[in-house]
Amino acid sequence: MTKKILEERITSNQKIAEGIFRMTIYSPEIAQNCTPGQFVNLYPRGRHTLLPRPISLCKIEDEHITLVYGVVGQGTQEFSEYTQGQELRVSTPQGNGFDIGPSLSEKMSKFTVKREGEVPTLGRSELEAGRQMTLVGGGLGVPSLVALAKALITQGHHIRVICGFRTEPYLIEEFEALGISLYVTTDSGDYGFKGTVMDYICAHPFASDYYYACGPKPMLRELAAYCREKQVPVQVSMEERMGCGYGACLGCVCNTQRGYKKVCSEGPVFLGEEVDWYA
Amino acid sequence: MLELRDKQDLRVTIAGITFSNPITTASGTFSAKESGYFYDLNELGAVITKGVSSHAWEGNKTPRIAETYGGMLNAVGLQNPGIDDFIANELPWLQKLDTKIIVNVAGKTPEDYYTVVEKLWHEKIDLLEINISCPNIKCGGIGFGTSPKMAAEITKEIKKRARQPIIMKLTPNVTDITEIAKAVEAEGADGVSLINTLLGMKIDVHTRKPALFNKTGGLSGPAIKPVAVRMVYQVRRSVGIPIIGLGGIMTGEDAAEFIMAGADAVSIGTAALLDPGAPIRIKKELIAYMERYHFNSIKEIRDGFIDL
Ligand SMILES: Cc1cc2nc3c(=O)[nH]c(=O)nc-3n(C[C@H](O)[C@H](O)[C@H](O)COP(=O)(O)OP(=O)(O)OC[C@H]3O[C@@H](n4cnc5c(N)ncnc54)[C@H](O)[C@@H]3O)c2cc1C
Ligand SMILES: Cc1cc2nc3c(=O)[nH]c(=O)nc-3n(C[C@H](O)[C@H](O)[C@H](O)COP(=O)(O)O)c2cc1C
Ligand code: FES
Repeated sequence: MTKKILEERITSNQKIAEGIFRMTIYSPEIAQNCTPGQFVNLYPRGRHTLLPRPISLCKIEDEHITLVYGVVGQGTQEFSEYTQGQELRVSTPQGNGFDIGPSLSEKMSKFTVKREGEVPTLGRSELEAGRQMTLVGGGLGVPSLVALAKALITQGHHIRVICGFRTEPYLIEEFEALGISLYVTTDSGDYGFKGTVMDYICAHPFASDYYYACGPKPMLRELAAYCREKQVPVQVSMEERMGCGYGACLGCVCNTQRGYKKVCSEGPVFLGEEVDWYA
Repeated sequence: MLELRDKQDLRVTIAGITFSNPITTASGTFSAKESGYFYDLNELGAVITKGVSSHAWEGNKTPRIAETYGGMLNAVGLQNPGIDDFIANELPWLQKLDTKIIVNVAGKTPEDYYTVVEKLWHEKIDLLEINISCPNIKCGGIGFGTSPKMAAEITKEIKKRARQPIIMKLTPNVTDITEIAKAVEAEGADGVSLINTLLGMKIDVHTRKPALFNKTGGLSGPAIKPVAVRMVYQVRRSVGIPIIGLGGIMTGEDAAEFIMAGADAVSIGTAALLDPGAPIRIKKELIAYMERYHFNSIKEIRDGFIDL
């Protein structure tokens, strides 16, 4: 597929929590050609904010996509001021997204032997339907799990979602609507379990065949270590400061067992085992 | 309209190599594979590759990118797979294109540069761009580009070993860029390209840390354009060899400005990060500019400059 920068129409853009916005964009071209875990680049109009802002796909519908973003700086501030009906510059989907298909187990076995003398930890049957999948999200990593949860359900898996926030949770109703097991934690204890998602996981042991995660790097690192110990695979969606957001500038690399890889075009999803967490 | 377009001659000649048009891709901001998803690479006058060194370089740790007012800082640190990998995996791809190929060469020591140009001896490429101006590596690189004596020396030695014409890429981080340009011309450089990035820094006052892992980085984008235009203008009046002008070119009119200042061709860098199809858009805008003022060739634009 060729890639493009599109001018698409915003169908809604609303505040859903303090400093958190949900934007829905009419774009059959994106909606029909993307997978969970992929992201789009949003291009601010401001002349001084030059670079694109990568935002993950939160919901994928027939003709619409939904993005959920936090206002952290000038770019996201500008997006939060956009109104319904306005057009915005947005790229076609970027990155590889979460691997949810049967092809996954094959890729896993390839990745798990990279360290010399290491025994592969995964068989080929990992992703047969009916598996227990755990999705772990932290803060602005939670949005991309919405689309993922929906896709995994349609594949016949059992889904447990654990998401952590600072004080105020969001997107809870989206997960509840999917009828899955949902566990919420807040750092402040204002809502749900008091503590981080990792605190929760360690305090409430459960069995899971597979993990997916998106959130701050320390959380992903801890989860990857946990999964390694439990010998369970985990896919993590990594974040890095980007330049181009499409693979041309080498700005956004992630250190992996096989050297630096571009988060924007070779990620953002990597296997926990693949990432060199201590580089 | 159509007749006019037909009359326009966008061709430019650099060191005996004729490009179909003056638009090239700035080193480090272009990937044949990834940029090729957005536009037809054959529309370019030439592709300029990411810097290639004698061995694989890891590059710097992240964050490597920071945005600044009207520009950006990068400290990628010349991550590249090395010349052997480049020749095996990337070059064949570029050679299928119907455009000129300029390989950007990076080094920390003189020997690094020699290895690369010698390995490219038998390869079908058109020009070499020698980066003696990267601010993001600790030794070498920029060191060769900040002293006229060292710039002259490295030019002379590379010229002996290279089969293709060499274009020396100059740094703006010097007191007088014309001294460096004159020094490399005297030792046989076939052209110069300027400017590389300006050394800069950004501190995030919320985290109270440098925005880049490397602390300092190279500033590029529209913020540096006036500096680049001034330097192209000065160098044009100091040397006779061709100039590839770059630094903050965002539009066709910016390209025309560089040509008036004295550039024979231009490179598009940062603009392609925020608009992947920028090189082609800029080419179209340059044509529109030429139509508007009835310029029929790139030379006519250059000669059209009224330097009172
Ligand atoms: C693959 C990928 C997917 C992403 N998906 C989402 C998403 O779905 N929702 C979302 O809200 N964000 C997401 N992000 C992060 C988002 O891209 C940044 O928050 C955004 O680019 C910030 O732009 P800005 O202009 O508002 O901030 P800037 O002006 O660029 O930065 C302002 C300040 O915010 C800090 N900052 C920048 N990025 C972050 C960050 N990620 N977290 C905390 N502080 C930050 C900077 O250090 C700076 O101090 C994603 C990032 C990547 C790489
Ligand atoms: C991300 C990035 C990577 C770069 N890498 C290289 C490089 O490998 N070799 C080189 O000679 N210049 C490199 N440059 C410098 C550009 O080629 C160019 O000289 C500079 O960015 C100014 O042009 P611009 O303002 O149009 O970007 C790089 C610039 C950027 C932004
Ligand atoms: S952001 Fe440019 S390569 Fe990923």
